[in-house]
Amino acid sequence: MKIAVLALQGAFIEHEQRLQQLGADTFEVRQLSDWQQPKDGLILPGGESTVQMRLLRGLGLYEPIREAILQGLPVFGTCAGMILLSDGYLGTMHIRVRRNAYGRQLGSFHTEGAVTGIGDRLPMTFIRAPYIDEILSSDCRALAEVDGHIVAAQQGNQLATAFHPELDPDLRLHQHFLQLIAEARS
Amino acid sequence: MNNERQNLNRQLAQMLKGGVIMDVTTPEQARIAEEAGACAVMALERIPADIRAAGGVSRMSDPKMIRGIQEAVSIPVMAKCRIGHIAEAQILQAIEIDYIDESEVLSPADNIYHIDKTKFDVPFVCGAKNLGEALRRIAEGATMIRTKGEPGTGDVVQAVSHMRLMQSEIRRLVSMSEDELFEAAKQLQAPYELVRFVHENGKLPVVNFAAGGVATPADAALMMQLGAEGVFVGSGIFKSGNPRKRAAAIVQAVTNYQDAKLLAALSEDLGEAMVGINEQEIELLMAERGK
Repeated sequence: MKIAVLALQGAFIEHEQRLQQLGADTFEVRQLSDWQQPKDGLILPGGESTVQMRLLRGLGLYEPIREAILQGLPVFGTCAGMILLSDGYLGTMHIRVRRNAYGRQLGSFHTEGAVTGIGDRLPMTFIRAPYIDEILSSDCRALAEVDGHIVAAQQGNQLATAFHPELDPDLRLHQHFLQLIAEARS
Repeated sequence: MNNERQNLNRQLAQMLKGGVIMDVTTPEQARIAEEAGACAVMALERIPADIRAAGGVSRMSDPKMIRGIQEAVSIPVMAKCRIGHIAEAQILQAIEIDYIDESEVLSPADNIYHIDKTKFDVPFVCGAKNLGEALRRIAEGATMIRTKGEPGTGDVVQAVSHMRLMQSEIRRLVSMSEDELFEAAKQLQAPYELVRFVHENGKLPVVNFAAGGVATPADAALMMQLGAEGVFVGSGIFKSGNPRKRAAAIVQAVTNYQDAKLLAALSEDLGEAMVGINEQEIELLMAERGK
């Protein structure tokens, strides 16, 4: 199993380490020629969404990535990655996201919570995080809430969290993503 | 600051990796930086080149000016306080700054002590010329490190020396046997636990950026190849002929720092780079402040 990790800016190495711990191969996507390799899934990591969006467009990656996701390539976006998937950005996931929803760095926090279909007491690290304001279609479902706000969702092969599973040792969400890929391939 | 807060602050720095943090002096410059792809901005009244030219005492910026920049952009906003100036840091925390740079670019407020950064909830980045300085700052609570370089010169040589020295000292620690680490800690004048962490992990426990004298996409790519995890650009952008274009080119150069063909294209037609002065021509070595 080979997973593309968008490596334009942000915490992409942390995702690679988690996936490698689970036995998956990864490669970094920094430009179009990287993207053209065969792949079974895609990670959109945390970082600054404004930077990543600008680089996606500037490097000609926006359309090919959007197209691949629409055709069913499994994708997992965390924090800035969730923003990229949302309405108004790549727009492949039917969610409307509020950026910096918890304010500045003093509003960053760590908690634990349940994620539907995955388990209880998952560590959740929110860094200047967004949350999902609204789910815009019935094929997209909320997987987790913190203080009444949606912080994880899934729509077909697309998985998104407002928090950063790549920063905590718990591997269940990455494991879930690999299962999603396995099901998509079979 | 409890451990959880310290982790969150280190983790914010992780999100900035692979990015460019740009010095800005007005909301308009901040917007240009954000549009060009800056992952954060450093709000200050005068960029280092002008601080250098003006001389005198340089201090924390007017909080109103910083707030103007916080309102202008959605990316993290950093600001500088003087080395050892606890009250300036408290003021910056009160306006909810995302990161404080306890910086040698400003006039030091204390010739001996740095701020006890563990007493704050907001994160701190500090400059370092070598591994010992870096580990001392981390022990004081810094959650991000940058090279000092020589700010406001447009001359990358000092940032290169600091990054090379730090990386070679890290490699040396990695190669040591465990019973040699106690002596190494003594020589580095740094806490044993941090020395041990570096020995076991081959890196600092926090993110390490390059800063001081970066002026071109090639400078940024050089620092990334030497092991920087991201780049601060101070005077280099808004002291140049075409800030918008240069800023965007440096952002792309940091992402694709190993692709010489792309770097060649990015380096074309950027207009004039900041003129720059070299280390021998300046009287004030900012890197010698705060050890």
